[in-house]
Amino acid sequence: MVEAPIISFKNVNKIYSNGTVGLKDINLEIPQGQFLVVVGLSGAGKSTLLRTINRMHEITSGEIKIDGEPIQTYKGQALRLLRRKIGMIFQGFNLVNRSSVERNVLSGRVSYYPTWKTLCGLFTQADREMAVRSLQRVNLADKLYTRADELSGGQQQRVAIARTLMQEPKIILADEPVASLDPLTTKAVMDTLQRLNREDNITVIVNLHSVPLARQYADRIIGLQAGQLVYDRPISEVTEADLNEIYVTEAVQA
Amino acid sequence: MSIPKVPRRSWIQRWHVKGIVVTGLLLILLVTSSRMTGVDVGMFFSNFGQFLNLLVRMSHPDWQYANVIVRPLLETIQMAILGTTIGAAFAVPFAVLSASNLIHNRFLRGLTRLFLDLVRTLPDLLLAAIFVAVFGIGSTAGVVTLAIFSFGMVSKLFYEVIETIDMGPLEALTSVGASKVTIIWYAVLPQILNQFVSYFLYTLEINVRASTVLGYLGAGGIGVFLQRSLSEFNYSQTAVIILATLAVVLVIDGVSNHLRRVLL
Repeated sequence: MVEAPIISFKNVNKIYSNGTVGLKDINLEIPQGQFLVVVGLSGAGKSTLLRTINRMHEITSGEIKIDGEPIQTYKGQALRLLRRKIGMIFQGFNLVNRSSVERNVLSGRVSYYPTWKTLCGLFTQADREMAVRSLQRVNLADKLYTRADELSGGQQQRVAIARTLMQEPKIILADEPVASLDPLTTKAVMDTLQRLNREDNITVIVNLHSVPLARQYADRIIGLQAGQLVYDRPISEVTEADLNEIYVTEAVQA
Repeated sequence: MSIPKVPRRSWIQRWHVKGIVVTGLLLILLVTSSRMTGVDVGMFFSNFGQFLNLLVRMSHPDWQYANVIVRPLLETIQMAILGTTIGAAFAVPFAVLSASNLIHNRFLRGLTRLFLDLVRTLPDLLLAAIFVAVFGIGSTAGVVTLAIFSFGMVSKLFYEVIETIDMGPLEALTSVGASKVTIIWYAVLPQILNQFVSYFLYTLEINVRASTVLGYLGAGGIGVFLQRSLSEFNYSQTAVIILATLAVVLVIDGVSNHLRRVLL
């Protein structure tokens, strides 16, 4: 029996207000627990695709369903609850540099509290312990009280992952999470994502530039070109030549 | 091999038309303003002697007088601290509402900014005159004046700071599902706090100086003594007051520099 997909795109189009086509007629189904890698050149629409899933970007037409529910009409509280179950990791880490690691990690939990409690910092003891456990999972528990900007890039990205874990997400979106990291820290970050995918059955969607990385970690690879889905294969059927083509054909066109 | 095609600059770019036009306009503005207002630059130099004369008379500070002005000077500092704190506290929400990267509703932002512009338009001397009439002679009028004056100034400085922050953490907090207020608390405030402190101290320094002038209108503080010494032509006392104020400003400046280094 085929399980219902956790995310589904149906005829999704996105046109920016300046006329640029962001996404063009995307049809895509992502099953629960998949490690999906999105490849394509800069400007191909990878970031846009990712951000439509948690409504950081609005689509122009079509329908996106998460857990079988169309998300386009969500507003206010419903939208915040949707975002709560979708963690996001960014190329630039997006930590608050001047705050402690603990505060950065706890900020991933704020959507479980009413606003006034977050302002007073009234986190429960259980959540503070959860913050420590999240940091332990990314091997950074000893940095709890360090200021975020005193950490290296790879450490900052792992703090960002710990922050996301506080949401207890069903889905993690990672937008070029390793683009500004060296090979060693890249491996640490990608391994962490893989562990979360396998241990917690979190659906992980990662935008990557690197073909070797994509082949190493993905269950399935999709390719975007000028906003269109041009490639979609499970990892067992992916060949090096296919992937090179995604990059080369467009480079020639451009 | 062919020569690679390079886009050509338009003649406007090539001859720096914009820069030249702007410079020309500025020069015309300067010259016509000095003509029309009848400012006589020559007079500045021909009457310079009188200015020197004043300086000479101020050059024998009456150090005994320092004992007299300690209390009013303290009062001035207290007024400035109170006024700046009240003004800055009210400025924070208004600064947030005026920042274009936080409030996307143009109408709301425009309305807030219009209100702030209005507040800044009111000169502090006018405010002092009004509040002396309302609250009577004394430091209450001074504090209210300084509060409103700092509110107008600080809110502008604050929202300009907010507009320069890194938007990344805001994006992250949005993706977490945080409410707008929580986002501001967690992602905006930590980024601007040290600049807020630095602008707060800058305003405090301005207020210490401004309150010396406000004293003229009966709004309390050292200004009352400044006015008295000037109207009595007792320049040796004036000199002491100016030097004492300078000392206070220097101290605030030092504290401000130190805090900025520590907080950065």
